[in-house]
Amino acid sequence: MIPGKFDYVRPSTVDEAVAALVAGGDDAKVLGGGQSLMPVLRLRMGEPSVIVDTTRIDEMKGITDAGDAVVIGAGVTHDDVAKNALVREHLALLAMTTEHVADRQIRHRGTMGGAMAHADPAGDQPPVALAMGASFTIAGPSGRRTVSAADFFVDYFTTAVGPDEVLVNVTFPKHTGWGAHYEKFNRTAQAWAIVGVAATVRMDGGSIAEARIGLTNMGPGPVRASGVEAALVGASTLEAIAAAAEHAAEGTSPNSDIHAEAEYREHLARVLTRRAVAQAAGL
Amino acid sequence: MTEMLESTKAIGRPLRRKEDAKLLHGRTNWTDNIQLPGTLHMALVRSPMAHARITKVDLSGALARPNVVAAYDAASLGDLNSGVPCVWPVTDDTVMPPFPALTGDKVRQVGDVVALVLATDAASAEDAISFVDVEYEPLPAVVNMVDAISPGSELVHDMAANNTSYVYNLGGGYADEVAKHPDAVIVKRRFVNQRLIPAFMEPRAVIAAPMGMSDEITIWTSTQIPHVLRVLLTLVTGIPEQNLRVVAPDVGGGFGGKLQCYREEILVIQLAKKLGRPVKWTETRSEDMVATHHGRDQIQDIELACTPDGKMIGLKVDLLANMGAYLQIITPGIPLLGMFMYPAIYKMGAYQFQCTGVFTNTTPTDAYRGAGRPEATFAIERIVDEMAAELGMEPMEFRTKNWIQHHEFPYTTVAGLTYDTGNYEAATAKAMDMFGYKALRAEQEARRASGDPIQLGIGISTFTEMCGLAPSRTLGALKYAAGGWEHCTIRLLPTGKVELVTGTSPHGQGHETAWSQIAGDILGIPVEDIDVIHSDTGRSPYGMDTYGSRSLAVGGQAIKKAADRVIENARPIAAHQLECAADDLEFANGAFTVKGDPEKTVTLGALAWAAFSAHNLPDGVEPMISGEATVDPEDFSYPHGTHLAAMEVDTETGKVRLRKYVCVDDVGNQINPMIVEGQVHGGLAQGIGQALYEGAEYDSDGNLLTASLADYLIPSAADLPSFETGTTVTPSTTHSLGTKGVGEAGAIASTPAIINGIVDALRPMGVTDVLMPASPQNVWRAIQAAKGAQA
Ligand SMILES: Cc1cc2nc3c(=O)[nH]c(=O)nc-3n(C[C@H](O)[C@H](O)[C@H](O)COP(=O)(O)OP(=O)(O)OC[C@H]3O[C@@H](n4cnc5c(N)ncnc54)[C@H](O)[C@@H]3O)c2cc1C
Repeated sequence: MIPGKFDYVRPSTVDEAVAALVAGGDDAKVLGGGQSLMPVLRLRMGEPSVIVDTTRIDEMKGITDAGDAVVIGAGVTHDDVAKNALVREHLALLAMTTEHVADRQIRHRGTMGGAMAHADPAGDQPPVALAMGASFTIAGPSGRRTVSAADFFVDYFTTAVGPDEVLVNVTFPKHTGWGAHYEKFNRTAQAWAIVGVAATVRMDGGSIAEARIGLTNMGPGPVRASGVEAALVGASTLEAIAAAAEHAAEGTSPNSDIHAEAEYREHLARVLTRRAVAQAAGL
Repeated sequence: MTEMLESTKAIGRPLRRKEDAKLLHGRTNWTDNIQLPGTLHMALVRSPMAHARITKVDLSGALARPNVVAAYDAASLGDLNSGVPCVWPVTDDTVMPPFPALTGDKVRQVGDVVALVLATDAASAEDAISFVDVEYEPLPAVVNMVDAISPGSELVHDMAANNTSYVYNLGGGYADEVAKHPDAVIVKRRFVNQRLIPAFMEPRAVIAAPMGMSDEITIWTSTQIPHVLRVLLTLVTGIPEQNLRVVAPDVGGGFGGKLQCYREEILVIQLAKKLGRPVKWTETRSEDMVATHHGRDQIQDIELACTPDGKMIGLKVDLLANMGAYLQIITPGIPLLGMFMYPAIYKMGAYQFQCTGVFTNTTPTDAYRGAGRPEATFAIERIVDEMAAELGMEPMEFRTKNWIQHHEFPYTTVAGLTYDTGNYEAATAKAMDMFGYKALRAEQEARRASGDPIQLGIGISTFTEMCGLAPSRTLGALKYAAGGWEHCTIRLLPTGKVELVTGTSPHGQGHETAWSQIAGDILGIPVEDIDVIHSDTGRSPYGMDTYGSRSLAVGGQAIKKAADRVIENARPIAAHQLECAADDLEFANGAFTVKGDPEKTVTLGALAWAAFSAHNLPDGVEPMISGEATVDPEDFSYPHGTHLAAMEVDTETGKVRLRKYVCVDDVGNQINPMIVEGQVHGGLAQGIGQALYEGAEYDSDGNLLTASLADYLIPSAADLPSFETGTTVTPSTTHSLGTKGVGEAGAIASTPAIINGIVDALRPMGVTDVLMPASPQNVWRAIQAAKGAQA
């Protein structure tokens, strides 16, 4: 790999990182696990002047219990997220999707914050953040602010994080006891999703009381399948789930690329939603 | 021969590979690891356009960059801008357009090379290429073969009248033969054998250095063909052959992709000579995807005629073969390596073949594991299934009815090849047994009956292939420039150890182990006492290298002959020492013994010392003992086998799962069964890769869409089941060790097995073909189309 020339700084606090970004101007870039940034540098799709390495910032590394929510530092690796006891107990869907990210090596490097900030439409975790109503803590020159998932994801590879800002952590409301399932549809075992459907449901006496469904790669950013969520309330049979899943592609705008045409992605969204919900509901 | 195999110790044993410790401990010497003082690093300005006229090249910006020493375009490189060679014009009138290392007039493919920069470090060279100012006047790109041969198409090469490189014909009489059968059943298909990218693990790298004050230039390059390359580099650069040394250090895979004389190799050597300094180039993966030759890429029109009761009458094949933008080393010949194989294992009355080589604005194609034979095997095994369906016959029964039976060998096929031996019945029976064929057919019926969304299909491929390239006279008759012999020299060292010099050039195959097993058994010397020397024209001057499953099939015979000669050359010395007639000696287990007097014996090791000290040699016998042999094979080798795949198809999404894969290969005698199995596994992964995952795709402007390994998908272990492999052994009678080639078998056999399995699963839904790679979307579309047709 021969990237363009860049300066490198490795701050130990969020404030120092923000200061380094401000000093670096528009061309500064945050480095998390490097699993998306390095390919960009390698292909010279970007030639930042300064790389601000956030991997030594302690504040961004923990997973903490905040009562009715779990706070995950932006610098926590996928592997640590997937194996964390709090996450597994209260955010089963996040644990499942994170296990499906890339391969083992990449999961040991890539971070929660990097995946969210990179906002690849094929990313596995952003739809979970959206469906579960996560919120994002962003630090910048004028302090910290909190942004809801609905406002965080803006467009292809674009989020609410400004060029001089750092994503510090992501807060997920607990979904303790909810059934969960992730249907990742890809061509080879370690490839990105062609379509992914993340479903989590709260059951009440054999029928679905509440459902949260996020779709991967069905638009420029993560998509929440609200139509399906509404239609699922009260569903207790596979037929009812299948009928609700027919709404899965509503309001989506998937891409056509070499792996799949938009029409096929829409079809997959419906089939996979039915399967994911049936599994999550244990039906 | 059988005797020898029974009495030996090493041959036939699954010995661990000698070369693996080095690989596993990272003690390898890849070309890119070679660092020479004063090296200049080369970076290339590659065309971002598939077809354009070059209107300006300004090097001054790059020359002004730090650490840049020189920069060239076609004009400034002048006489040193040699042409990239093609050694296989298949017809007298094959159009062979110029292919300069740096292109000056037009670019003809994305990745074509317009200019180069040399700097004292690789990063400076890479930085500087974006400062070379090139202006292009875009021209329409000719991407697809059907368009390319349409009248009025844009021309890839202005010097040619059209985009056809050649038209080749073989056989004939198909229509006459069919006419004899008024009730003939005819099945026609158009198959697309898609373009593949070799994707070896180690990208290419090359470094050339003038050696001190001598005239010698040494070039280290990640190649499969150091010997052939030396001749070619001499022919294209004019550097005398005796001054040129080509070394292939450890090479991380080739699959045909490093069976080439690349422009980068030519440039590096010319620049090293001109500037008197080492010059080095290492490609990135992104470069590799566009700049290393691709494989396959044929449109296959195939027609099979049968009697209504299922006897084959004749076969007609009409190919469009994509050459890409230029002809590389054997680009035009690749489809012809497949031409003899369309009739495969079947008996029929007539065969007619035509192939049209077509230029397009794409990366040139050339050999990729199997080279022509996978394409042929795919087409014939697919259409055999389609014919069986048309006739309402069980596909294995249909094959059985038409294949050459074991007692009919040697058998001369309708394509003119004479297969020495084979036993399709035995391999098939064993494979069906291992597979549980009947039980799976029963499960298939049950799933069909219950309307299970997951349908099951059974894919069959009963293949043979021609390999062990090749009898030199045959190559000559096909207009290939070189021969197909192989060389071996075996030297007994004074201390009884052995140097075995081979002309084969392994890049992952395990020759060091297998060659030691052969020589060790013949000479009665432990495998670990034999050092195999290869892949360096300075140490191993004669050879034809490694490709076409030839190394054991051809090179193995040279080893046997050379080892036999060592024994014969040692015999007079032994007779002299034991004071007997040479004829009274027998040789076994590394020692000569006087017949009937087991006490009177002398080991080869002792004779080696005697021949070295030379104190007491018989008159007229020269010091040192060695044996040399160069063997031109009597014929190709014809391995065969039966491959069976159980394919589960999710009819809702189109996603397929390879549930079980069983193959029984007959590669004749086996030197090292573990290496045989490894070759089969790797080949299967690549053949299954073609069926399910791989495919180089271009957009209509000629941009490669699958330009990274994120988009060009190759299977990993996680995508494949544990293969169940078995073998039968029908020794070759034309090869002195009774062996047949195995390097390409898996890649040749497996692709149609997978696709046949998918189609078999979906046939009740009306599906009769699936495009490769059988991606979920392609399978889903096939299902949708069949539903639409039935509605
Ligand atoms: C081969 C391969 C396969 C992959 N497959 C998948 C997959 O299947 N599913 C999937 O979801 N992902 C996949 N990924 C992506 C992987 O999950 C990455 O780890 C993730 O997208 C980025 O995380 P990172 O920590 O490595 O970020 P980096 O690469 O370091 O950064 C990515 C981007 O985010 C910015 N950034 C990083 N951290 C912060 C922060 N704290 N604040 C502000 N900006 C920040 C960077 O500036 C950069 O623009 C794959 C990656 C590779 C290389």
